[in-house]
Amino acid sequence: MSHLLREHAPITEASWGLIDNEARERLTPALAARKLIDFAGPHGWKRSATNLGRTTPLVDTPVDALQAVQRRVLAMVELRAPFSIARSELRDGDRGADDVDLAALDAAAHRIATAENRAVFHGWPAAGITGIAQASSQEAIGLGQDCTLYPGHVAKAVEALLHAGIEGPYGLALGPEPYTRVLETEHGGYPLLEHLRKIIGGPLVWAPGVEGAVVVSQRGGDFLFDSGEDLSIGYDRHDVDAVAFYIVESFTFRVATPEAAVALSP
Amino acid sequence: MGFDQYHEPPAELPEQTRTFARLCASLTEEAEAIGWYEQRIAVESDRAAVAIMRDAQGEEFKHFAMDLEFLLRRTPLWREIAAGILFQEGDIVEHGEEAEEEAIEGAAARGEPMVGSTSLGIGSMRAAGS
Repeated sequence: MSHLLREHAPITEASWGLIDNEARERLTPALAARKLIDFAGPHGWKRSATNLGRTTPLVDTPVDALQAVQRRVLAMVELRAPFSIARSELRDGDRGADDVDLAALDAAAHRIATAENRAVFHGWPAAGITGIAQASSQEAIGLGQDCTLYPGHVAKAVEALLHAGIEGPYGLALGPEPYTRVLETEHGGYPLLEHLRKIIGGPLVWAPGVEGAVVVSQRGGDFLFDSGEDLSIGYDRHDVDAVAFYIVESFTFRVATPEAAVALSP
Repeated sequence: MGFDQYHEPPAELPEQTRTFARLCASLTEEAEAIGWYEQRIAVESDRAAVAIMRDAQGEEFKHFAMDLEFLLRRTPLWREIAAGILFQEGDIVEHGEEAEEEAIEGAAARGEPMVGSTSLGIGSMRAAGS
């Protein structure tokens, strides 16, 4: 039995299928970072750290006239989003109901996807993660509210990447607010979304958790997401009314090429 | 018949794993039957009896192939490794080593779940070639 303790949940296999499918459907559109960066693994729950290949000198040694260093690693962070589902709803699902209330699962899926995006693009200091926007050595470009100016901003970001020797295609992670503005706008009789896609030559993704937008290289090897346990659903506890579950994952993230991204600040 | 296709307590196994174990047991039985018919045919002198047994063995070939295809469809990594070995000319062991290495490395690179994992199997979402 895995650490997820799924076999202990007092629910049917059909209910597990319902929950897993709903989680996949809700997570997939929101996991923006995975659509733009390198993903290694999953390496499993027992994976505790990513090798950085770096060392820290140790001045004190147990015996004189020795030199010592200590290996540096990036420790895996475990993210967990708890949620509960009413047992009556799951029983109705077993009877064939097609409108089972899974709102709490949907909200948990959005939370964990948003957190993953935020850690990748804006960092997570407590977890030792530096985000793409923080790490970027390129000067940030102001995005602003007027999305008719966005093509110019994105083109400027692309030009900065080319100057740094970072070839295309590029990807664009757009925070929810600018994404909505872009969706609603035409540029010269042409949808702005398509116009931006042509400028970057790669994917443009809706990125909950991102503030403003980030243009990133798509050549590979620049932004490294290392997955321990990939997104999974585990069982926590239950009472007479509800079953408590959680969505969990473990990962690290690091930027290998700081010049391979340009932040477009809101 | 007992339940000796299970190595673990059946009640603790998910339904799909029980089905998988049944088909593995069936595959084994078909392979045994193919071997038995081969031996019987080798020692039988009556041509009519041999013809019947060849016909029966053909059924076992079919059953074996159907069992195998079912199992491969349920196990993408097994399928990928098998594809590198089955119906290929050349050194079987060499093909096996290469197919295993390529399939496992390829699955990890695509962010596919580890064998036996109960994750949601989302992994990498980058479009191929991007």
